[in-house]
Amino acid sequence: MAEFLQFLFSGLTVGAVYALVALGFTLIYNASGVVNFAQGEFVMLGGMVTVFAAAAGIPLLLAALIAIAAAVAIGLLLHRLAIEPARGASAVTLIIITIGASILLRGLAAIVFDKQFHKLPAFTGDTPIDIMGAAVQPQSFWVLGGTAVVVLALYVFLEHTITGKAVLATAANRLAARLVGINTTTIMALAFGGSAAIGAIAGILVTPITLTSYDVGTLLALKGFAAAMLGGMGNPVGAVVGGLLLGLLEAFGAGYLSSTYKDAFAFLVILIVLFAAPQGLFGRRVVERV
Amino acid sequence: MNAKANLKTLLAASVMAFGVSQGALAQGTIKIGSVLSVTGPSSFLGEPEDKTLKLYVDKINAAGGVNGKKIELVIYDDGGDANKARTFATRLLEDDEVIAMVGGTTTGSTMAMIPVFEEAKVPFISLAGAIEVVDPVRKFVFKTPHTDKMACEKIFEDLKKRNLTKIGMISGTDGFGASMRAQCVKVAPNYGMQILTDETYGPRDSDMTAQLTKIKNTAGVQAVVNPGFGQGPAIVTRNYAQLGMNAIPFYQSHGVASKSFIELAGAAAEGVRLPAAALLVGDKLPDSDPQKKVVTEYKQAYEGATKQPVSTFGGHAYDGLFILVEAMKRANSTDPQKIRDEIEKTKGFVGTGGIVNMTGTDHLGLDLSAFRMLEIKGGDWNLAASGS
Amino acid sequence: MRVLANQRFLTLAILAVVIAVLPFVFPSSYYFRVASLVWVSALAAVGLNILMGQAGQVSLGHAAFFGIGAYAVAIGPAHLGIPSWAALLIGALLSAVLAYLVGRPILRLKGHYLAIATLGLGVLVALVITTESSWTGGPDGMPVERLTLFGWRVSGSSTWYWVTGGLLLVGTWIALNLDETPTGRAFRALHDSEVAAQVVGVDVARFKLQAFVIAAVYASLAGSALAFMNGFINPDQAGFLHSVELVTMVVLGGLGSVLGSIVGAAVLITLPQALTVFQEYEHLLLGLIIIVAMIFMRNGIVPSLSSLLVRKARS
Repeated sequence: MAEFLQFLFSGLTVGAVYALVALGFTLIYNASGVVNFAQGEFVMLGGMVTVFAAAAGIPLLLAALIAIAAAVAIGLLLHRLAIEPARGASAVTLIIITIGASILLRGLAAIVFDKQFHKLPAFTGDTPIDIMGAAVQPQSFWVLGGTAVVVLALYVFLEHTITGKAVLATAANRLAARLVGINTTTIMALAFGGSAAIGAIAGILVTPITLTSYDVGTLLALKGFAAAMLGGMGNPVGAVVGGLLLGLLEAFGAGYLSSTYKDAFAFLVILIVLFAAPQGLFGRRVVERV
Repeated sequence: MNAKANLKTLLAASVMAFGVSQGALAQGTIKIGSVLSVTGPSSFLGEPEDKTLKLYVDKINAAGGVNGKKIELVIYDDGGDANKARTFATRLLEDDEVIAMVGGTTTGSTMAMIPVFEEAKVPFISLAGAIEVVDPVRKFVFKTPHTDKMACEKIFEDLKKRNLTKIGMISGTDGFGASMRAQCVKVAPNYGMQILTDETYGPRDSDMTAQLTKIKNTAGVQAVVNPGFGQGPAIVTRNYAQLGMNAIPFYQSHGVASKSFIELAGAAAEGVRLPAAALLVGDKLPDSDPQKKVVTEYKQAYEGATKQPVSTFGGHAYDGLFILVEAMKRANSTDPQKIRDEIEKTKGFVGTGGIVNMTGTDHLGLDLSAFRMLEIKGGDWNLAASGS
Repeated sequence: MRVLANQRFLTLAILAVVIAVLPFVFPSSYYFRVASLVWVSALAAVGLNILMGQAGQVSLGHAAFFGIGAYAVAIGPAHLGIPSWAALLIGALLSAVLAYLVGRPILRLKGHYLAIATLGLGVLVALVITTESSWTGGPDGMPVERLTLFGWRVSGSSTWYWVTGGLLLVGTWIALNLDETPTGRAFRALHDSEVAAQVVGVDVARFKLQAFVIAAVYASLAGSALAFMNGFINPDQAGFLHSVELVTMVVLGGLGSVLGSIVGAAVLITLPQALTVFQEYEHLLLGLIIIVAMIFMRNGIVPSLSSLLVRKARS
């Protein structure tokens, strides 16, 4: 039981980060149809800016806020300078632009910061909490709690505010949304900013556990994308479930099967799910219009 | 119409491709090349190497150069990509026409570049860890870092002294971790070591509690060895403490031999042992130690110039550069063949990694005594009391 | 039809002339090496373009087939005693069979779902290559025996320049012809609308599968060529980042344009070489150039430039 719980918490913590990255993917994808491969770089920015601001003597909370603001600014710039000018280009062109942006941001981070690994102090100490024999880092609860807050806030925003509903409307049908007077450009900017904020929050929450460096983004983008797909691209609930599931698959795969092939195990499950449910677990059925 | 468009594009592409201006061959300089992983997953190795080479080439030139000639250093960044490294190796030899190379951050890129240097008959001093770089011996290939096999032997020697023979292993699946894991498995029987459980983690994994839990629940494990580099070992060390495994002796490898490991792992690093070069404990060496002068001077110079803590990785570059410079002085020539012969005759060279004595059958020239067994105490490196 | 045939001839002619002329301006064999890398990558990109540009399917795991081709010629002679040339064919066959088996269920998926499924396939292949070190040498890679054909040992930068250049020429010729066969037209119909293609009687599933298999064989052959050329191979060539690089080549050069794939490969291979002078700003500039190129040439370099020229000529 202790062993099971240990794997469970390990999987949930890692999965929560995947979930946040997947959520970021989903938000931008819904508003613009773009799969943003620079999503992992937002996570990197959240961690790195906080580390360097804190090292400059700024209190941690303020440093974290600065990091979120910085990520949001970069997200907005990415939209304004790279996505908006290419409006109307094909989806795959936009994807390549985000890949370019990811290379650029990584190059920039290597120059502005450095190429070393960095850590942040855990928010509430390092003493593990014993849960029925499993030793859990207090920071894990911050990650899980933080993820829950972000998901809840996003839900309230989407379902209970006019702007949120405009995002949903844009996601459902961009042309129709524009026809009813929604400024889809603003909505897209909002999505990039929000998605950057979510990524940065993930980076800040998880850096005390996983450490960070200028190039942590690539793998997170890959895993987050996989999680979003597993859950069903475009569905926020799916993104969260997909992320947690992917984390759990890895942890239990490493614990009970083989640590070497844990990634293979996770991706095999994704392949099987997609074969059984080609739209992901919670995906919408899309009918192609001719 | 299309013809023009196509032609124009191709011309543009070819200009981009081949219009790279060729550095004019300056008279009276010696060109030394280097391909390093300054970016990419091994950048924490490549960056100190890069800084060290630049720092010391400047120093050498300021002091008048070698044999009256200034050194011109050409460094390319392979980003950790072996295929790119290979292209840069060709570029160094064919385009820059270097007479020797100190570089090759990872074993992967070193192995990819070896055939190019062997074919061109230009000496190549590698900074990569694995034993396969110099075993079998290749005529023009040398290396400065201790091999992973030596690290395993040093660890097992220490374990044997402590009467611990049943171990668990948790290795990174990056090139360094995988290669050292294989060497450890190979030499374990020589020391009567029994590997009870053998786990791995990916180079970018962020949580290793699942693997460590398995090791923890394996009955009879007396010590744990973690071959790996980068941020992985720091996370393993933190998870190790999180799971309350501190009572079991824990060994890291020379792959974490920089102060940043202690910083990243924090309090969890207390009591961790690892084999590493004397460089890390320069100030704690007795004055009689022949390496003391070299390592303290390098540490001061490096930390003064870069404002970053010294690592043994940069030290390997220092050793490689000076082995080459001394060989060039002895050869009093810029003929790669003669320089190669002199590198092979290196005797009693005191470097940051140890005292180097090369022979025709040993292109590394270090023995186990070059490794010191260190223990982390009070957030700093200490020489481990042997046999305790 | 004649215009199309001319265009096809033109693409081939340009390529042939460039391959023939470049050696006269190359100052050193380093340039041969870079050009050979371009030809090899272009071969893989031209193949991927059949899948992406003509059949409209994105593959984010294409490097897996590149890796299979590369490791086939490494493992075959070293562990199984198979001659190099046979290993090359076996690699291509293996890739084709794998693409066929996996493609059948994968190609039912659409858009980004296909991307993730191929990505998963790529991750799996790369993981196996990295892990099974007794066969593959693990993450540090393994040496590859030189290719020997009829007693002739293929080695040297300029030799490989001609071999890879020739391979690319043949690959381009086949791709151009495919474009004009009924199959090719079916492919393009797919790209525009799958349902529409189905309605007019195109066997969508079969054509997608064919495109996937052909693209896999191209990548496998390119991988084998690179392995022979380098005499060394490591798992990076089968990895996710290489897959992304291949996709970028195709899109940057111009989705659907055969010449575009070659130009895309040329740009992406030579750019980092040219950018080395900027040292630590290299990646920043690379990213910037990709973004700017895609914004201003959103259909890719070749189609955008040629339509620009057409417009200029008309005005």
